[in-house]
Amino acid sequence: MEQYLQLFLVIPLLGFMVSLFFTNKQESHIAINAYLCFGIQLLGILFFTIYWIFQQSPILDLKHFTFYKEENIEIFLDFYFDRYTAVFAILGAFITFLIAIFSKFYLHRDSGYKRFFSTILLFFFGYNVTVFAGNFETLFIGWEFLGITSFLLIAFYRDRYLPVKNALKTISLYRLGDICIILALWTSHHVWHENITFVKLNDVDLVASNISNHYNQVIFLLCMIVVAASIKSAQFPFASWLPRAMEGPTTSSAVFYGSLAVHLGVFLLLRTYHYWEPILAMKIIIVIIGVMTALIATLIARVQSTVKTQIAYASIAQIGLMFIEVALGWHVLALIHLTGNALLRTYQLLVSPSILGYMIHEQFFNFKPKKHSNPHSVGYKLTNSLYLLSMQEWKMDLLLKKICWDPLKRIGKGFNFLSNKKGLIAMIIIYIAGVIFLVLNKNLSQQIDHYLHLFYGIGGLIMILMAFVEKSNPLKAWWLIILSQSYVILSIALLNDKYEYMEIILYIGGLCIAAIVGTIVLLKIKKREVQIDLNDFYGLIDQYPSLGTWFLIACLAFVGLPFTPSFIGLDLMYSHIDHEAYLLVTITSFSFLVLELSVLRIYARVFLGPNKKQLHPTAFRSS
Amino acid sequence: MTNPLFDEQHLLKELKHYLPSQTPLKDFIHHNTLHAFQDLTFYDAIFKASKIFGYQATLPLNDFRKLYEVGRINPLILDRCIIQKKGAAHLTTWKEIVLSKQYHEPKEPRIGQLRALWKEKYKLDIDNLVQPFLFRFLSNYLDQGIAIWNFPLGNIPFIDAVKELEKNSFVSLFKTTKARNLLFKEGLSITTLLNILIGNESFYEQYIFDQQFSHKGWSGMVATLEAKPESLLCPRNISLHDMILFELLLEIDHITHELGETFKPLCVDEPLAKALDLMEDVKPTELQEVLQIWQDAFEWSYYDEILAGLQQLKIHKSTPIVTIPKKSDNSFQALFCIDERECSLRSYVESVDPTSETFGCPGFFGVEFYFQAENAQFYDKLCPAPVTPKYLIKEYGVSKKRKHDLFYTKKSHEFITGFLSALTFGFWAGYRLVKNLFYPTMGPAISNAFAHMNLYGKLTIENKNQEEKENGLQIGFTIEEMADRVANLLNGIGLTQHFAPIIYIVAHGSSSANNPHHGAHDCGACSGKPGSVNSRVFSFMANHTAVRELLALRNIHIPANTQFIGALHDTAADMIVYYDEDILNEQNAQNHLKHLATFESALDLNAKERSRRFASINTKSELKKIRKAIQQRAVSLFEPRPELGHGTNTLCIVGNREMSKGIFLDRRAFLNSYNYKTDIDGQYLTGVMKPLGPVCGGINLEYYFSRVDNYKLGAGTKLPHNVVGLIGVSNSSDGDLRPGLPWQMIEVHDPLRLLIIVEHFPDIILKSIQSSPEMYEWFINEWVHLIAVNPETNELSYFKEGAFVPYKTLSKEIHFYKDVHSLLENAKEMETNHIVHATQENLPVFIYN
Repeated sequence: MEQYLQLFLVIPLLGFMVSLFFTNKQESHIAINAYLCFGIQLLGILFFTIYWIFQQSPILDLKHFTFYKEENIEIFLDFYFDRYTAVFAILGAFITFLIAIFSKFYLHRDSGYKRFFSTILLFFFGYNVTVFAGNFETLFIGWEFLGITSFLLIAFYRDRYLPVKNALKTISLYRLGDICIILALWTSHHVWHENITFVKLNDVDLVASNISNHYNQVIFLLCMIVVAASIKSAQFPFASWLPRAMEGPTTSSAVFYGSLAVHLGVFLLLRTYHYWEPILAMKIIIVIIGVMTALIATLIARVQSTVKTQIAYASIAQIGLMFIEVALGWHVLALIHLTGNALLRTYQLLVSPSILGYMIHEQFFNFKPKKHSNPHSVGYKLTNSLYLLSMQEWKMDLLLKKICWDPLKRIGKGFNFLSNKKGLIAMIIIYIAGVIFLVLNKNLSQQIDHYLHLFYGIGGLIMILMAFVEKSNPLKAWWLIILSQSYVILSIALLNDKYEYMEIILYIGGLCIAAIVGTIVLLKIKKREVQIDLNDFYGLIDQYPSLGTWFLIACLAFVGLPFTPSFIGLDLMYSHIDHEAYLLVTITSFSFLVLELSVLRIYARVFLGPNKKQLHPTAFRSS
Repeated sequence: MTNPLFDEQHLLKELKHYLPSQTPLKDFIHHNTLHAFQDLTFYDAIFKASKIFGYQATLPLNDFRKLYEVGRINPLILDRCIIQKKGAAHLTTWKEIVLSKQYHEPKEPRIGQLRALWKEKYKLDIDNLVQPFLFRFLSNYLDQGIAIWNFPLGNIPFIDAVKELEKNSFVSLFKTTKARNLLFKEGLSITTLLNILIGNESFYEQYIFDQQFSHKGWSGMVATLEAKPESLLCPRNISLHDMILFELLLEIDHITHELGETFKPLCVDEPLAKALDLMEDVKPTELQEVLQIWQDAFEWSYYDEILAGLQQLKIHKSTPIVTIPKKSDNSFQALFCIDERECSLRSYVESVDPTSETFGCPGFFGVEFYFQAENAQFYDKLCPAPVTPKYLIKEYGVSKKRKHDLFYTKKSHEFITGFLSALTFGFWAGYRLVKNLFYPTMGPAISNAFAHMNLYGKLTIENKNQEEKENGLQIGFTIEEMADRVANLLNGIGLTQHFAPIIYIVAHGSSSANNPHHGAHDCGACSGKPGSVNSRVFSFMANHTAVRELLALRNIHIPANTQFIGALHDTAADMIVYYDEDILNEQNAQNHLKHLATFESALDLNAKERSRRFASINTKSELKKIRKAIQQRAVSLFEPRPELGHGTNTLCIVGNREMSKGIFLDRRAFLNSYNYKTDIDGQYLTGVMKPLGPVCGGINLEYYFSRVDNYKLGAGTKLPHNVVGLIGVSNSSDGDLRPGLPWQMIEVHDPLRLLIIVEHFPDIILKSIQSSPEMYEWFINEWVHLIAVNPETNELSYFKEGAFVPYKTLSKEIHFYKDVHSLLENAKEMETNHIVHATQENLPVFIYN
């Protein structure tokens, strides 16, 4: 029976691949392909679930493809099926199927018709990988697909400024969540000494002994999971990305941010429930996050004067309640709540344009002038403050900017003095020295060896931060990214004496190809365009669609999608860095965090946004 | 800006002149998007606006060239346009230029250059820092009912509200105390704030223009609400002045925060010469001339074809094959709105029942009033936007109330009730979604044209006591006032004798789902509302015996057995509802049943004609099937094009129906009935011509500009639109308001100016259009084209530079059709919505043979 599980991943993936073969004009083919994919998946999962219930609903686990194997660690794909999977998979297929039908007509003659359906199909694949995942590795793969498809759908109207800006904003936070999952993964490898599957987490005694043996690490791991879940579900203080993600067509907002993607945080908590259930502190943390979010998001929803943001915040508040329900162990309630909320918000978003006619009519007949409270009471001042604070979204953005992004930027800018030819040469020389050290490794004293990898790790981080804040030259930023990756590899290599040569070669080879493709594209652009910097958006995809696609592919090599070089890099990292090397892990994680942001930033600045040079009309920046 | 002293009042006046003037979306009134430039000729205006604001004013040059390649632009016409502009001697050189010269003129608008200095000098992205909060604040202040928690300060002036909120809150609006102190400082004014921010008076005006046009949607809305506060149901006291003050404070706040307390004003060191005069005249360029030639050629390629067709039609009709029914034999007459969407329905009515006769006039039917539905707290204005009525019509005797739709309840956004909602009707939402996808039906959330007025409600039409007033409006019309209006209308359309036993007064409205722009589909002559009340009111008046007695004195003798019946045509669903059918006498009631069948068949055919542009409907299917699909479209949530509105409108024919009957106009013509014979000296012509500019010309130009620059002058694609405060739409949460028409409404439209064709003697027409300067401006400045058809000689003359000059058609090829079904079924469907493909969906002129 387990064998059937893979089918539910193959169907979406097949649907996605088939969708690539159509041209934008073949609207009905594209739509039928999507109908078939979602419809078959829906029927399949329904029948499967019914059958499964008749089989006394056993928990299913399928160990699949193994990436990599060593004495004490094995990295493999794993699929899992229990009632949570059933609910999420059915809900996902049902909503996506309906949205596909809706979109067939809604997107008629949109220049991105094919792009829309392909992205939704890829999203659906990522969603199913996540909900069918049987271990953290598999879940992470799905998580990554969700992130990148989110970026593509928010920036769907890529010739305008705001969608691109908000897509970058969302992916930045998503990336933060991804890094949390990577750290959780790494920690779990070291506390379990194996690739832990979710099945094993159901074993109460095993989990209890694990917690008592590695209490601090487990707390760290669980905190990372909670942060990742909070980001995905737009909980406090990460909430402000959700209303801003409503940039694509209403249907994609409904499926992504009204229902499916945003509830995956709850899924992650449900999935890991047995792991954190014995720890009271974790429960308290989750309840606190839930309560704060529910209260604050309700207040913010109350003051929203635009319909989509109102629905977004109202949904966030309900997800806050679900966090509480999950923490308190009321899982059936949480599942019902979640299903109802997902359907309700999807529907409300889909009919949101009608609100103008409906409410105006309503008001026309039932208008009552508002009464205003007495301006001298204390309550008056308090309510005003709450109102204003809610309008400012409780300054969550400012908080995140101060905590997360400003320090990174400051460090990057601090190393600006290296950002010239001499600096570059110095960095390359230092790198070559590192390679020599690596070759002579055995002859070096233990102590130098110990610090050397840290040195290169930090070097990698600095370079990627420099790339992140680079404003003038995209090519320079690109090379800094490549150099930074080389430093990271070296750092990991220096730390370990045992390598998987095959992996390293794959990693380096992939990176080289991506680096060369990216460089060629940027050089070509430089040749044809007089001035391109990273200070503005240039929207060149309009002029050079194929160069843009190539560059996006090169970028994807860096973003940690499965089977890309940087995924292998991540893999290398968490399997080779010892559990004492917290510092190196932190540094490398940050590198990976900034890496994706830097490459997508280059892509967005050069290829997306309004193209001012074209002879056809372009949008105002504020629209 | 020649005067170095900065004058706040002057600045505000100028700004209000140039900002977009679209009212909140609930009353969508079409108007010339570039109304601010209407005192210039069309081409001067568009190129000037383009240079100042960066709008794209015509199709891109390459698109014109492609249109030429695909044959949409007639080579003969192109040659003629070049000769007219450049002289026959330069034809070959100019043709070369027009066809192939490449231009690389930089598209740098004047607007925004000064404000860009923040980025150049200080690396400050001031728009990003200020705009999201500014928009949020404005929309919260103006919100008409989306927020659950309303702006805490009621109807006090905007800047006072800002002060009050800042004073009475523990949280500040600002990041710095500097901005806060400035807000409360005595003598707060735009000038004092600009002194801090800019520091050089000669740049002030330019700076504010830059600032306000960086978000023209919101600025335009605020300026409009200042001028027309009554367009909000929930009153708000806002002014452009207050908004600019607040924005300047926010700018100072952010700049102080980024650059420190003592930042240097932006322009204090700038040389005076750098200040731009934004409104300075634009130097003509060769590219502009080329674009003019192309635009003219594009327009006349179509105009010429239609004019040749009209002439041919007349010749054709003079042959004895075609029998024209005698006037007195009419089975019924029907009066429709001038709207070009009724053009096809009228010809189908006439073809299904050849003894019927149809007329066209602006759809408020000459009766102007406010309407108050029963239990409504507000009035609807039901007449063209520039008219201010003195009358009120009230509805009474309605028992039915509109149902509620639970999914819009704000309770679902609250904490506890949201939880309960998710658990209960969350699941019902899933069912509703399935139902709406597979069986779309009418519901309370769909704007329903027939719900504007209750079918069985009664109206206070007759006024027996002129003292009876409400809010300064007289309730109903007196007999005398009724007679005036009926006489005026009947004289205007030339229906003063040969009355049929039943005369239908068919107004129109439009139902659509999920469409914030639904007002743009309703009747333009009724201020963007359905015209059902007007049709009923007019019918009542014309049926009134006392009114008929007065009419008889004015030589209009309506037979006693003639009865007028009001009706409403839903242009999206293609359905007609009739009002007060019970008044019909026995004979008429029997005939009415026959006519209903006529209308039904005509609607079937009309649905078929419309269906050829809808990808989801197969035009070759059975008529009833098509009709059903068309009806479902109007109530389908997923359908962004319930109908195509005024898309493709290009013509306005003023004259006898015989002029255009039998020609396939592809729903492109506004048809206004007018009989020169009953109005030899043009007494009524002025009244007929007067609304054509603002109503038809306004619609046409709004479509023109939204088509040529859908990004800056239109609303962009409607798929990501977010409804803001029930007053407008924006993209996403941080975007500016988007005035203009969305992409889905204009993609079938060819950007051509309106051609008005009038059947009368040129000197009479000239006299009539010159009778008022506002009317004359439309013609002399070429915002619309005007052709006179001499009713006796059938000769054409074109109005140019103040006089009529003879016009000879060049089109030789006239298309004929025998069967409208095959014509529609074989029509091409656009491949993409790029103009070169889209225009091929528009059919050439056909004559019924």
